[in-house]
Amino acid sequence: MTQVSMTVNGKPVSGEVEGRTLLVQFLREGLGLTGTHVGCDTSQCGACVVHVDGKPVKSCTVFAQDVAGSSVKTIEGMANADGSLGTLQQAFQDHHGLQCGFCTPGMVMSSAALLADNPNPTEAEVRHHLEGNICRCTGYHNIVKAVLTASGQPVAAE
Amino acid sequence: MPKDYGIGASSKRREDVRFLTGRGVYTDDMALHGQTYAVFVRSTVAHGRIRSVGTEAASKMPGVLAIFTGEDFKDVGGNPAGWLINSRDGTPMHEPKRPVLAHGKVRHVGDAYAAVIAETYQQAKDAAQQISDDTDIEELPAIVDMRAALADSSNRVHDEIPDNQCYDWGWIEDNRAAVDAAFKSAPHVTTLELVNNRLVPNAMEPRASIGEYFPGTGDYKLTTTSQNPHLTRLLVAAFVLGIPENKLTVVAPDVGGGFGSKIYHYGEEALVLAAAKKLARPVRWTAERSESFLSDAHGRDHVTKIELACDKEGNFLAFRTETMANVGAYLSNFATVTPTFLHGTLMAGPYKVPHVYVNVKTVFTNTAPVDAYRGAGRPEATYSLERVIDKMCRELGLDPFEVRRKNFLTTDMFPYTTPVGLVYDTGNYHATLDKAMEMADVAGFAKRRADSAARGKLRGMGLSTWIEACGIAPSNLVGILGARVGLYDAATVRVNATGNISVMVGAHSHGQGHETVFAQIAAEKLGIPESSVEIVHGDTSKIPFGMGSYGSRSLAVCGVAMTKAIDKIVAKGKKIAAHMLEAAEGDITFEDGKFSVAGTDKAKTFGEIAFSAYVPHNYPLETLEPGLEETAFYDPANFTYPAGAYICEVEVDEGTGKVDVVAFHCADDFGNVMNPMIVEGQVHGGVGQGIGQALLESTTYDENGQLLTGSYMDYAMPRAGDVPFYNVDYSCQTACTHNVLGVKGCGEAGAIGSPPAVVNAVLDALHSGGHKIAHIDMPVSPGRVWQAING
Repeated sequence: MTQVSMTVNGKPVSGEVEGRTLLVQFLREGLGLTGTHVGCDTSQCGACVVHVDGKPVKSCTVFAQDVAGSSVKTIEGMANADGSLGTLQQAFQDHHGLQCGFCTPGMVMSSAALLADNPNPTEAEVRHHLEGNICRCTGYHNIVKAVLTASGQPVAAE
Repeated sequence: MPKDYGIGASSKRREDVRFLTGRGVYTDDMALHGQTYAVFVRSTVAHGRIRSVGTEAASKMPGVLAIFTGEDFKDVGGNPAGWLINSRDGTPMHEPKRPVLAHGKVRHVGDAYAAVIAETYQQAKDAAQQISDDTDIEELPAIVDMRAALADSSNRVHDEIPDNQCYDWGWIEDNRAAVDAAFKSAPHVTTLELVNNRLVPNAMEPRASIGEYFPGTGDYKLTTTSQNPHLTRLLVAAFVLGIPENKLTVVAPDVGGGFGSKIYHYGEEALVLAAAKKLARPVRWTAERSESFLSDAHGRDHVTKIELACDKEGNFLAFRTETMANVGAYLSNFATVTPTFLHGTLMAGPYKVPHVYVNVKTVFTNTAPVDAYRGAGRPEATYSLERVIDKMCRELGLDPFEVRRKNFLTTDMFPYTTPVGLVYDTGNYHATLDKAMEMADVAGFAKRRADSAARGKLRGMGLSTWIEACGIAPSNLVGILGARVGLYDAATVRVNATGNISVMVGAHSHGQGHETVFAQIAAEKLGIPESSVEIVHGDTSKIPFGMGSYGSRSLAVCGVAMTKAIDKIVAKGKKIAAHMLEAAEGDITFEDGKFSVAGTDKAKTFGEIAFSAYVPHNYPLETLEPGLEETAFYDPANFTYPAGAYICEVEVDEGTGKVDVVAFHCADDFGNVMNPMIVEGQVHGGVGQGIGQALLESTTYDENGQLLTGSYMDYAMPRAGDVPFYNVDYSCQTACTHNVLGVKGCGEAGAIGSPPAVVNAVLDALHSGGHKIAHIDMPVSPGRVWQAING
C-alpha cells in the first residue's frame, strides 16, 4: 500500500492505495465521491471523465498513485460556490441534455474541457469532441444543444 | 404562449439537479457496513457438460467467505417465462428450467455456474479465476445458427427439447387458408428475406445488485437495477427462492437506463440474497461491461421472410410472414411474448389490408438470452412491413408516399379491428404523413440530391410509417393470450397534514423523468404547486404495487391510476369540505385548488382541507374518517396506438460505402402530450438507437458461440458524430379514447419507426446511382454497402 495525496475539488485529500488502485476507485470508494461513474472496462464510454490539472482524463485508465500531487476536479466540484448549477450544468438541465443521468457526469466534465480549450466550438467540433463519451438515452441531440448553448452561441436545432 | 405549469408544460426535470451534481444514488454508489463482494464464474464455452466445478483451492484463498455452485440451487425454483405460448397445433411451449447458477450443463458463453463471495472485490475476482482454471467442462458442439438448430435434433441446447424449438406459433391460424388464397389470386407478390439484427441494449449503468439479510427479523432486502421492482420481488420470492413476499423488500434506486434489459429478474439477484442470508452480511455485485455483453438479455434477432400481395396499383391484399426468432439459451421473462403478441399483432401496420398471417418459430441456441428491447417485437414488425412495401413500390414503379397514403386506414374507420386481432381506437395516419412530408420538404429533395451529387455523394430519402400497441396492457386480454401476470398499475396519493403530497407510483423511472411529469399532472389536478408534489417510486416497501416501466406504459397505465387516486382524494375532500362548510356534499365543487359551496363565496383551500383531515376536531366519525390518502389500481381497457411517419435522408459515399444520416424528420401522434420537452427527448433517444441498429450495431457470435462483439471496441455504439440533429413534431394528436389522460406513450416510437426509414433511404440513394440493389441487411455498414455496390 502506498500513501497518496492530491487535491480534489479544491480540498487536500490523502489515502492508502494499492499499486493497481485506479483513480476512479480512489474517488468512489476511497473518498465516497460516487458522482464519477464506471460504465465500461475498456476506456470507451467516458462516464468516468474527471479533470486532472485541468485536462480531461478517463479516471478508469489512470492509477491513483500516478496522479499524486495533482489537482483533480470531479462532477461534485462543478457547481457554483453558492451550490447553484454552473453555466454548463444549467444548460444541460434547460435543454434536457440528460435522461438517466449515468453518463452525465462524464459528459459535463468532457464538455467543460472542450469549452475551456475552444470557447466557441462548431456543432461538428462538439460532436467530434464527445466521441469518447457514450450516451444511450438522448441520441445526443440535447447534449450537443446544451454545450453549444453554454458556449453562448445560437443553436439552429429545435 | 407555452404553458409554464402542469399538464402540457415543458417543466424542467427536478431529477436533473442531483444527476448534474454527482448526487444521484445508483446501486453501485451505496456503501454498506460489513459489505462483501460477489464475483461470478462464467462459462468460457458456449455449450458444455459440467464434469466438476473446482472450488477447493479457491475456498482457501485469502478473503474468500463462501462459494456457491449450481448444486446449491438445484432444489429451488427456476426463473420462469412470463407468458405461456401455444404452438399452432395447440401444444404448449417448452419451458426449460432457468436456474440461479448453471447445473449439469453450461449453455452460453457467460452462463454463470459458480459465484465467490469475498471480503474485497479483488479477492473475489482472484478466487473466481481460480475456480475457472480448476473447473472441468466437456465442450459440446455449439448451436448458434437458428436454421441448423431446428434441423439437427442430435445436438440440443436442452436435452429434453429435441428440435431446439420453443414453439411454432401461427397468428391467426384459422385465417391461414384465406391468406394463402389471397396470395394465389393476387396480381403481384413481392417477397423479401431479411434479418432483424441482434442488439445488446447497453444501458450505460451496468446491472448491479446488493443483497441484505436481517437475522433479527428474517427480512431480506434487494437493491437492484430494475425497471420493475415488484415483479422482481414476485419472481424471487414466489418462484425462485421461496421467500415470503412480505419478508422481501426490493429497491430500485436511481437506475441508469434500461431499454428493456432491466425488466427481467436475473440469477445474480437471487444469488446475492441467498449469500447475504448465509453470511449475514451485505453481498454486492456490479457487472463489468464485458459481463453485461455476455449476460444481459439481448434484443431482436429475427430472420424473416415476408410476402406482400397487392394489385398493380399497389393496393395491399395480404401480408404473410415466416420468422425464426432466437431466444438464446434460456427463456428470459418476456422472451416468449416479444416475437409473438408484441410482433404478430402489429403486422397489419396502419393499413387497411384484409388478410395477414404470421408464423413464428422460436428457437433455443447457445447464445445469451434474447428478450424485449426498446420497441420489442414492434420494431421487427415495422421493419418487415416498411421494407417489403418499399421493395414492392420499386418493382411496380410506384411512389412510396402515395402507396402508403392509399392504403392507410382513414379517420372514419375507427374503432378498427385488424385482421391480426387488435382494435385500434383512434389515429390519423394521413395527418402524420402530410406533416412529415412538410417537415422534410419533400418537394425540395431533387435539389438537395443534386447538391449532394455535386459533392460526389449519392443522396437518398427513405420513408417509414409505423404504429405500435403500447400502454401495456389489458389484463383480461393478455390473460387469454397466455400472460402469467396482470398488467395493471397502481398509485397511492398521500396528502400530508400541511397540504403537500407524496405520490407512490408503480411505474419506475430510469431516465423518463417521472418525478417531474407525474408531479405536473398531480399538481394541476389538485391546483397546488408542482413543488408540493413528491413522486416516490422504486421501493416495494413504500409503493402499493406496480408492474414497472416498459412498453411505453408509465403514463398510459400508472399515470391513469394516479389520476384515479386523485379523483378519490377530491371526492373525500368534498366530504370534508361539506362538513366544514356545513353544506350538502353534492353542493361542493372543486376547482383551482378550492372546495366551494356552489353559488356562494363559502370555500376552503386544499391546504385547509388537508389540515382538517389530520386534525379532525368535531368530525362525524361514523360517516367521515380522518386522514386523506387514497390508492387506485387501473387496468386499461385496450392497448394504446401511437403512430407516425418518419423520413430520413442519407448521403452515401460510393467509394467507401459510408452512410451519413444528414436529416431525420419525425411526425408522431402520441395523443395528448404531458411534457413536450420530455416527449421530444424520448423520440431523440429512440431514433438514435434506431440509427444505431440500422447502420452500426451488430452482435456477432462465431460458429463456436463466442461473442466477437463483446466490448465497446467491437460493438459499434452510436456516438455523437454518427447522428444528426433530429426534427421532431408531435402536433398531430388524436387523444387515446379509453384513458382519461388521452395519452398513448412515446418511449419506444423512435426505435420502432427509424430503422426502415434509414435503410429505405440508403437503397434509394444507391438506386439513384444506378445500383439496383434490392436489400442490404442491417447494420448497413460501409463494408456491406461497398460489397453490394461492387458485387
